[in-house]
Amino acid sequence: MAEIKNYTMNFGPQHPAAHGVLRLVLELDGEVVERADPHIGLLHRGTEKLAEHKTFLQSVPYMDRLDYVSMMCNEHAYVMAIEKLAGIDVPLRAQYIRVMFDEITRILNHLLWLGASGIDLGAMTMFFYTFREREDLMDVYEAVSGARMHAAYYRPGGVYRDLPDTMPQYEASKIHNASAIKRMNENRQGSVLDFIEDFCNRFPANVDEYETLLTDNRIWKQRTVGIGVVSPERALALGFTGPMLRGSGVAWDLRKKQPYEVYDRMDFDIPVGVEGDCYDRYLVRVEEMRQSNRIIKQCVDWLRKNPGSVITENHKFAPPKREAIKQNMEELIHHFKLFTEGMHVPTGEVYSAVEHPKGEFGIYLVSDGANKPYRMKIRAPGYPHLASLNEMSRGHMLADVVAIIGTQDIVFGEIDR
Amino acid sequence: MEKIAHFFKSFLLIELLKGMAVTGKHLFSHKITVHYPEEKTPQSFRFRGLHAQRRYANGEERCIGCKLCEAVCPALAIKIEVAERSDGSRRTTQYDIDLTKCIFCGFCEESCPVDAIVETRVLEYHGEKRGDLYYTKPMLLAVGEKHEAQIAKDRASDAKYR
Repeated sequence: MAEIKNYTMNFGPQHPAAHGVLRLVLELDGEVVERADPHIGLLHRGTEKLAEHKTFLQSVPYMDRLDYVSMMCNEHAYVMAIEKLAGIDVPLRAQYIRVMFDEITRILNHLLWLGASGIDLGAMTMFFYTFREREDLMDVYEAVSGARMHAAYYRPGGVYRDLPDTMPQYEASKIHNASAIKRMNENRQGSVLDFIEDFCNRFPANVDEYETLLTDNRIWKQRTVGIGVVSPERALALGFTGPMLRGSGVAWDLRKKQPYEVYDRMDFDIPVGVEGDCYDRYLVRVEEMRQSNRIIKQCVDWLRKNPGSVITENHKFAPPKREAIKQNMEELIHHFKLFTEGMHVPTGEVYSAVEHPKGEFGIYLVSDGANKPYRMKIRAPGYPHLASLNEMSRGHMLADVVAIIGTQDIVFGEIDR
Repeated sequence: MEKIAHFFKSFLLIELLKGMAVTGKHLFSHKITVHYPEEKTPQSFRFRGLHAQRRYANGEERCIGCKLCEAVCPALAIKIEVAERSDGSRRTTQYDIDLTKCIFCGFCEESCPVDAIVETRVLEYHGEKRGDLYYTKPMLLAVGEKHEAQIAKDRASDAKYR
């Protein structure tokens, strides 16, 4: 009898289904996976070390680039850590804006996940539909911060600028005539809040569309039901958080368990799965989008009624208003000190975590009282998820590995940091 | 009852037809494609694109060489040298931005006390070799001159929020 040897295969780092730069060494027995060994570090940029050499403010744009599909949530954990350590009061309006943008980010992330995961498993249309909605939310990002992705919008003590009263509009061209432009600009007439509200009203119907395409679809079900099952006990033991943990049936959500900002005032539900397979995690994420939509709506209502300041008045941490700088020596000194020396955060250590679209994203910050962090550690949710890939994919087929990687919602920006 | 429903579902392909109905509906709805070079997506007045140096209306350059932008730049993309000009005013002799290092965070614009360095709406800049993206002071001033009308309008729209 011939000797049968396991076949070792490299999956990635240039594989389109590897979600970035995942290199996976798969040991195969025929088409069955015996062992999956993720090799990470191809996107390592040394964010944690870089932060030790930058002032507290300068690290904010680097947070965007960790998990580059949920930018503002990363910033949120970071600025919250500074606020906790320094005891900065954040204006209520800024808290609402942050919660609103966290949820917009959650929808952005889940839409990208749904589209990419759909493409991985052969549902091409999903990608087009989800990116259509993403485009609207990207426009909101751009309207408030000036960048479609790397917003750098949150600041220790609030957010940089208030929401603008106008929404950018399409301009006439030789492709679209005036009447077509008028139709395209219909929901862009009012403020950014009006646009977001219009999106919230449209979005549930869009989610219904996605569900029509996937939830009952037999091909989708064959690819996801019973794949990558994780029991609740194992999910907890492996350090899962976010939709990965909730898909296994554990109702753990930091927004409910340790509410930060104004989540305790919000009315929303936590969806949980039953089986803990890829299909349940898909359902959990889709329902999360609906719940996020509910939260955004509540924030829009509140923000409409309550104008006010969006950043703290404590000028040791946030720069003064533009006009004040030009009239007042004291303010000008604060401005110069903040942008050169930066803020001094009191000695101590702090851990602040947010319910990131992928799970618990935490920043552990040690300060020695200087204008730079002494040490920063990032708790990336994707890391323990990827670490469990071996356990989740063992015994499954090669094609199921793609489904499992897809459902883990891996983004290498945060895993490699 | 459920068994019967399942039996019919199993060969009637109902869920597939429902999905086809969704895609079929979109076949006839308005297209959302933006044909890029001919038309562009809406752009916010806060857009952070290519940098520019501005001048006052009388032609005097705004930058006073305070080096705040150089200090705040997280990517260390800005290099400034300052000297006293013949009329005694403090001006930059060198103001370079390395666009290959720049991360377009907008901190330079945020920190500038005289609105001299700004990020414009221009997103289609390019370089044919690496050095082309190293913008020097004359290049930045040229960008500013070319787009001054738009820059001034955008700063005015944003003034009340800052």
